[in-house]
Amino acid sequence: MTSRIGVVTFPGTLDDRDALRAARLAGAEPVPLWHRDKDLHQVDAVVLAGGFSYGDYLRAGAISRFSPVMETVIEQAKAGLPVLGICNGFQILTEAHLLPGAMLQNDHLHFVCREQRLRVENAATAWTADFAQGQEISIPLKNMDGRYVADERTLDELEAEGRVAFRYLDGNPNGSLRDIAGITNAAGNVVGLMPHPEHAVEPLIGTGGTDGLGFFTSILKKLVSA
Amino acid sequence: MTLDTVKHAGETPDTEQPWSELGLKQDEYARIREILGRRPTGAELAMYSVMWSEHCSYKSSKVHLKQFGEKVPANDAMLVGIGENAGVVDVGQGYAVTFKVESHNHPSYIEPYQGAATGVGGIVRDILAMGARPVAVVDPLRFGAADHPDTKRVLPGVVAGIGGYGNCLGLPNIGGEVVFDSCYQGNPLVNAGCIGVMKHEDIHLAKASGPGNKVILYGARTGGDGIGGVSVLASETFDDTKPTKRPAVQVGDPFQEKLLIECTLEIFAEKLVAGIQDLGGAGLSCATSELASAGTGGMRVELDTVPLRDATLSPEEILMSESQERMCAIVEPQHVERFMAICEKWDVIATVIGEVTDGERLEIFWHGEQIVDVPPGTVAHEGPTYHRPYARPSWQDALQADDAGALPRPADGAELKDQVLRLVSSPNQASKAWITDQYDRFVQGNTVLAQPEDSGMIRIDEETNLGVAIATDGNGRYAKLDPYTGAQLALAEAYRNVAASGAKPLAISDCLNFGSPEDPAVMWQFAEATRGLADGCLALGTPVTGGNVSLYNQTGDTAIHPTPVVAVLGVIDDVNRRTPIAFAQEGQLLYLLGDTREEFGGSAWSEVIHGHLGGLPPTVDLDREKLLGEILISASRDGMIDAAHDLSDGGLIQAITESCLRGGKGARLIVPDGLDAFTFLFSESAGRAVVSIPRSEELRFTDMCGARGLPATRIGVVDGQELDVQGQFAVTLTELRTAHEGTIAGLLA
Repeated sequence: MTSRIGVVTFPGTLDDRDALRAARLAGAEPVPLWHRDKDLHQVDAVVLAGGFSYGDYLRAGAISRFSPVMETVIEQAKAGLPVLGICNGFQILTEAHLLPGAMLQNDHLHFVCREQRLRVENAATAWTADFAQGQEISIPLKNMDGRYVADERTLDELEAEGRVAFRYLDGNPNGSLRDIAGITNAAGNVVGLMPHPEHAVEPLIGTGGTDGLGFFTSILKKLVSA
Repeated sequence: MTLDTVKHAGETPDTEQPWSELGLKQDEYARIREILGRRPTGAELAMYSVMWSEHCSYKSSKVHLKQFGEKVPANDAMLVGIGENAGVVDVGQGYAVTFKVESHNHPSYIEPYQGAATGVGGIVRDILAMGARPVAVVDPLRFGAADHPDTKRVLPGVVAGIGGYGNCLGLPNIGGEVVFDSCYQGNPLVNAGCIGVMKHEDIHLAKASGPGNKVILYGARTGGDGIGGVSVLASETFDDTKPTKRPAVQVGDPFQEKLLIECTLEIFAEKLVAGIQDLGGAGLSCATSELASAGTGGMRVELDTVPLRDATLSPEEILMSESQERMCAIVEPQHVERFMAICEKWDVIATVIGEVTDGERLEIFWHGEQIVDVPPGTVAHEGPTYHRPYARPSWQDALQADDAGALPRPADGAELKDQVLRLVSSPNQASKAWITDQYDRFVQGNTVLAQPEDSGMIRIDEETNLGVAIATDGNGRYAKLDPYTGAQLALAEAYRNVAASGAKPLAISDCLNFGSPEDPAVMWQFAEATRGLADGCLALGTPVTGGNVSLYNQTGDTAIHPTPVVAVLGVIDDVNRRTPIAFAQEGQLLYLLGDTREEFGGSAWSEVIHGHLGGLPPTVDLDREKLLGEILISASRDGMIDAAHDLSDGGLIQAITESCLRGGKGARLIVPDGLDAFTFLFSESAGRAVVSIPRSEELRFTDMCGARGLPATRIGVVDGQELDVQGQFAVTLTELRTAHEGTIAGLLA
């Protein structure tokens, strides 16, 4: 049986179709989820896609975190459901306290869209197992509020526990502390990052790279073997 | 204040009315009285004044625009032509594509962020109203001198506004232009284009037919922003002595627009609307009168049911408000409940504000009292038509006689190298990545090509790989020297850009930016440019599907350069066959296609090195452009070329620089026999492109060019990490990259 990967659409979500496509290309059954619906429809994993949910009003991710679907996502993530938050999805995960820290506006105060090289610092999470530890990958980055911040103690903890999942290479694009591009929770089932793996899954499209597919094949392998 | 009802207007014929303040001329006001057989009510006056403004009625331009409908090339791709929200073109496989470019020039000068943002919002709603899912946007922009302090105010605001709004809609920004010229100092040009895709059967038109059908206003509440924006802003020259017009610029909310898009697409998918129109310039005045006029004619609207952001708005203000993110749909009664349910799902406010009647009048009521009773066609389509006087300006001969060919040229290789570096680092020729990196070009996951490629290309079918390409171009310097030729050069360049990417050009949209039509010299430029464009489209077989005219682009008595911007749309059967600009393979051969002549009038070289504008622009040969396009498309389809780049402003050296930097590879160039190095590198002769060819394909390619009669000259090879013009100079890619990529950030960051 094919694994079911759900992608949540909030009002203002933009990359939901892309994430559904990426799940499909990786071999999963993509399942659209709706923000008002608490039911996750028996999905095996959830992607919170990028965009400007609720217009980024108040703070990016601050309103989505209280939507009905998130009640179930939060509850099940704590019980081990794999969840990947991309860009706005990462912001929602920090607002939901599934991941520590917060995102501020880029230090240069501009939206930035570019191809970004990253190092996979933790290849043991549910979403990175198909990468090699220390592997360098290249996927698009695009955001306004991408500067990851946390207090020193949290940062030290993340480093000590190997929970920094991705780090920026070739220049920090937004002023994120310690060049952090993405992190994982202690259990490794909840991962958030600012760059966009779902935009790098076909050789012809976007930057032409396919490094993003590894996120989706990673979770599929994990689900099949589970 | 008492309500100015139809009855009251009939009883008080002599009441003084502010027609002049609303931008109407005396004879126009008299004509309104004649149409109605009485004085208009305040609400009627508001409607006529916005709809008869230059921006909405095209009163100065339409006698010239007629040519686009008269000189129509035989082309069976056109499904919907001029006059609708946007034109629609058949791209095969049952798909139709709609696209259009519009201006938001004046608002963007006053309030750069909101002006540019709402420009994007407006064009996206135009495309949506045709029944299409918007799939990409492009932004041709023109600013004053790059180092002028005010450019630092206007440009970052415009770019942030386009990004802030467009990025929130989830539409990839795949192309456009950024041009600096002091003629745009007090009058930047902010043009915005959008492409949408639909199936043929999903095309929707803006008309209200079927008596008893409901008129539903949905989207944002109506507020006090943008009141009079159309008539006050778009049709009047900036003048320092008048009070600030800031409140007249609309304020955008991209989140609301994103909901409106998704909500509308779901409504289309369930086939719930009989007609639809977006609310842009002139707001409800425009939507109700155009819908009614295009339908059976009758409509009754209860204006007091319109949801308001500001409860104190008068009926006149509600009719004129240009609040953003609103649409108006005509819905059969049995579909209203489902329509409302979809709006509720997307948290979009929807209100039945009236219904289609079997009469021939547009009737609007305010708490039961009638305030508008007009034949809608007289508001929407029967505005005044002006045959403005035009005359070739007295200075045109002297300008053309001031030949750029007589300017001092570089004496040796060292000077040539110095001028090359100055050219590629000049603001107009430098990399625009600092700007375009503020736009999301990846969203939707269908972007095949985006800036700095020759055209933006979007895949529209994941199974068949069918795609569309769009390029926008314009060169105000060429058009100033000769508006007829300048308009054709803009068309030819956009056509060439689309073909260089491997797509077949199908149709065009245009945005015609000019000075005051009340100036005969400007009107001559306009007449010449439209004639050139219409003749050009006929020759190339690419019909005009629609577009936009922006007049009064001037500060005091000084008009901008005449700036016709042309968007060419093309189709490619398989996006795998697209041709990028990057020289990425060492050893591939470089061929220059077309003829290179000593043509420097209006050139980038004459501007950057000599600060000169004079002479004649490059000559145009549209048959040659067509042949070049066919060769580029065939070569792409048959896998003969790996890269292609069109040659335009900056000439060969500009194209080679961009292609080398994009691919991270150098090139060795040999000056061909019969050309001097300077002309080879800097000439801006039209109808040319440079291609990189795998050695195995050389013979096949040159045979094809020979058989078709297209000059193809081998000029070098992709090689190393240097650009080496043999016998002249060499420059490392690093030096070239520093020169090309540092300028814009240095000026604006």
